[in-house]
Amino acid sequence: MSKIHVSTTLNGDAAEFLCDPSASLLDALRDELGLTGSKEGCGSGDCGACTVVLDGEMVCSCLVFAAEAEGGTIQTIEGVAESAVLHPVQQKFLEHGALQCGFCTPGFIVAAKALLDRNPDPTETEVRYWLAGNLCRCTGYDKIVRAVMDAAAELRQDRPSERTPA
Amino acid sequence: MPSTAFHAPDSVEDVVALLAADPTARPLGGGTDLIVQMRSGRLAPGSVVDFKRIAGMTGVRREGDGFVIGAATPCTALKADAALAAAWPGVVEAANLIGSVQVRNRATMAGNLCNASPAADSVPALIAAGATCVVAGPSGKREVPVQEIPVAPGKTSLAPGEFVVEIRLPARPEGGGDAYLRSTPRTEMDIAVVGAGVSLVLDADGTCTSARVALGAVGPTVVLVEEAGKALVGTKLDDDALAAMSRAVQAASNPIDDKRGSVSYRKAMAGVLARRAALIAATRAGAKA
Repeated sequence: MSKIHVSTTLNGDAAEFLCDPSASLLDALRDELGLTGSKEGCGSGDCGACTVVLDGEMVCSCLVFAAEAEGGTIQTIEGVAESAVLHPVQQKFLEHGALQCGFCTPGFIVAAKALLDRNPDPTETEVRYWLAGNLCRCTGYDKIVRAVMDAAAELRQDRPSERTPA
Repeated sequence: MPSTAFHAPDSVEDVVALLAADPTARPLGGGTDLIVQMRSGRLAPGSVVDFKRIAGMTGVRREGDGFVIGAATPCTALKADAALAAAWPGVVEAANLIGSVQVRNRATMAGNLCNASPAADSVPALIAAGATCVVAGPSGKREVPVQEIPVAPGKTSLAPGEFVVEIRLPARPEGGGDAYLRSTPRTEMDIAVVGAGVSLVLDADGTCTSARVALGAVGPTVVLVEEAGKALVGTKLDDDALAAMSRAVQAASNPIDDKRGSVSYRKAMAGVLARRAALIAATRAGAKA
């Protein structure tokens, strides 16, 4: 089976790759483009570890064929920090200790940022429902929710956090 | 996964031709069921045919006072359409109980229908609402009531080469309201143990003039329970009428026993959820408390 050529905009830059017709977007990101931040947890859309933003909406990249991304705009965890400066969601995950093994963390951060990009003042209930598609088997979620609420508060104040170089 | 060809044609005719040429080919809308089934080995299509790039396949448009929903429209886009959400809140809420936000940003009601799961959340709500779907195939297009699509778990009445191109909802009737409720152990990311959709119309003095009740996860397909609707018509949804409706629902329920629910639990919950959904639909129809 011949490979399919796909052109995308990935984290702001043009990116092209070749993929098998049945490869997932996650496979292409990890294996063809070398972006291994997005993780494969379940491969069935249950865990959210592979969450990316495709054409403005967050999706499980394991549930998208790579070929479907033709002409699309993709944002991954690798594009969340601005060069060496962490995004407030990332900074707050560190400050709150909102991760242990870290496998789910890229998906949580992409999903949390997607929420705060559209709703700068979510309630705790809204945060928990929004993140229902992201599973964490370490933290018990409480520190993750606190980190997201704190990041939201900081973003609302529109002041730069004490940022750590990435 | 074994080798599968990928096509993204730009016309309905090309999709039909590709599907008709290979009985194992599958149409690709959101892909949230298809990709999982391919990865598990349950399906090994010779090709997948992505129809999202065809004009009109994604998005909601008005036709008269009714709504035409392109088959590739993701569930979250339904919620974003204020007119649709106001007219058919039960349908829009049902579609937005499926999976997670990530899944609902891809998953479609047409896919939920054609996956033919008895527990599909959007399907009881669509059937209660009297929705139809437009099916394209080798002999052109036909419009079918939604309840005629699923015929058994995972099986549809679609002929080779056919696929659903749009779902149509009528105008919300004057004095109409709808609701869908499901029972799940978890609040999110779960599959209905029982689901109940109700759509009804009340006249100016609060008498029910028409009602449709559909149930999920209590039989091999989602079912329209005509007797349950009849039990409400002509009443003011008093306790006797609601009890008669619940009895009709329980009589029509023929669920399986599995780890998610026993037969007796599912039958009992079907009656409870249909009653609660009827009361929410009545409130939405403008009934006074």
